[in-house]
Amino acid sequence: MITINNLTKKIDNNLILNNINLKIETGETKVIIGRSGVGKSVLLKHIVGIMKPDSGNIVINDKDITLLPEKELNKVRMEIGLVFQGGALFDSMNVEENVAFVLNEFMKLSRKVVKEKVADALAMVGLQGIEKMMPSQLSGGMRKRVSLARVLCMEPEIILYDEPTTGVDPITADAINNLIVELHDKLKVTSIVVTHDMSSAYKVADSIAMIYHGRVIAEGKPEDIKKTNHPVVKQFISGDARGPITENENLIFGHVR
Amino acid sequence: MLDTIKYSGNVIYRGISYVGELTTLFTKTVYLIFVPPFNVTRMFSQMGRVGPGSFFISALVAFFIGMIMALQMAYQMLELGAEIYIPNVVAVSLTRELAPVLTALIVAGRVGAGIAAELGSMKVTEQVEALEAFAVNPIKYLVVPRFIALVVMLPILTVFADLIGILGGFVICVFKLYISPSLYFTMVSRAVDLSDILTGLIKTIFFGAIIALVGCYQGLNVRSGAEGVGKATTMSVVVSFIMIIIIDCIFTTLFYFVFRM
Ligand SMILES: Nc1ncnc2c1ncn2[C@@H]1O[C@H](COP(=O)(O)OP(=O)(O)OP(=O)(O)O)[C@@H](O)[C@H]1O
Ligand SMILES: [Mg+2]
Repeated sequence: MITINNLTKKIDNNLILNNINLKIETGETKVIIGRSGVGKSVLLKHIVGIMKPDSGNIVINDKDITLLPEKELNKVRMEIGLVFQGGALFDSMNVEENVAFVLNEFMKLSRKVVKEKVADALAMVGLQGIEKMMPSQLSGGMRKRVSLARVLCMEPEIILYDEPTTGVDPITADAINNLIVELHDKLKVTSIVVTHDMSSAYKVADSIAMIYHGRVIAEGKPEDIKKTNHPVVKQFISGDARGPITENENLIFGHVR
Repeated sequence: MLDTIKYSGNVIYRGISYVGELTTLFTKTVYLIFVPPFNVTRMFSQMGRVGPGSFFISALVAFFIGMIMALQMAYQMLELGAEIYIPNVVAVSLTRELAPVLTALIVAGRVGAGIAAELGSMKVTEQVEALEAFAVNPIKYLVVPRFIALVVMLPILTVFADLIGILGGFVICVFKLYISPSLYFTMVSRAVDLSDILTGLIKTIFFGAIIALVGCYQGLNVRSGAEGVGKATTMSVVVSFIMIIIIDCIFTTLFYFVFRM
């Protein structure tokens, strides 16, 4: 279980996260939605402890990770896989070495086993035969999927997906949604999925939370979110350029002058 | 006037805090060298990049510096009829000063800048954060192998630079000044003490550490984009150069006044 309590973070004097409270039950898939720049990626980085909050804490399986010394924190990190928004593949390594990173770094496995695990993980994200390619030779969508494969390879209890379906074609996007659902159903993986893609959100979510101006303004089952009367949430999920979210924005936004 | 004081105060403050942060990085790096797991593959691959990779350019420079030194000396010494001392001057100034410092400057430009650029672009593409997310300490993974590689390889490169520089002097002395080859080497071996070579080499251990730490520090502290990486690269060279020269001066003074070497 992941519990986020009163999490607050300022970056360069901008208040990014303002008192966030969230609870993710073990085995649950929580989808987080919110506009670009609202701090979703920052939130995920706090959960793996690569960013430290100004106040508040994050408790993962009864351990407050904001207080753990590095060694203990790293033990927790071994159970969490973060799929970075931009992939964050190691560009000095080929695809195979990237996907096998955690295996090579921490486990003494034979080459053959590693190769098989890599091929399996790549197959799960719909890629094959690209083991020897370098990250710079891959398309954006491929990079994102290799990044997902790298996380699958470490078989974590918790997976944090940062926009797993953006930048991939609709068919691949649907396959990734299926993958998230199966990891949830079969392997009981606890997941947090950050996305803007509402069809993906409805498909994978046990519950959806929306962040707006640094706070969680709505949280509930997909059906409830769909039927919400909250004007801000309503505008976001229907994807309307006009509404309360944008009423104070520059009037030229989305128009030709 | 007040502005000048303020400005120089600011510069001094930034300089001191920079040295402070480098010291912190140094402490962490040295500590992590002794924390398992130990990965020698990464260390050797960095050594390969530093050592053999810089050998040609540092040897070339040393060879020409040896020749140039001999020629410059010849101009003076011939007037005094003292050209027989040219091998001494060439060998001593190479081993004590020129080979260590020039090799360090070359490596700072070649390797230090490369480290800053590499780590800088890893930083901006979130690869450093990815390491942390996968429970790997970036200092252990990135800084330690580079640090060891430079601290080990720079003295070795310098030994070669010593030898090749002396060979450069040999070319001029033998073919231009008609000193016999055996006399050249006799003069050199008489002039150069072990202490000359050692004072030169001890410095390069510190130069190597500085190059590695400054390159890594600049790279890991890039905040934004391609421009940031470019700036970090430039800064790593500038800062390394300044620190190498300052450390050289400190060591020379120390050796001269304290140890009488
Ligand atoms: N390393 C950083 N340095 C400075 N500011 C940052 C940094 N990381 C994030 N920010 C700021 O924090 C805010 C939130 O960024 P974040 O990447 O979390 O947004 P996001 O919700 O993930 O957006 P998107 O949907 O576009 O990915 C942004 O305003 C951004 O400028
Ligand atoms: Mg993001």
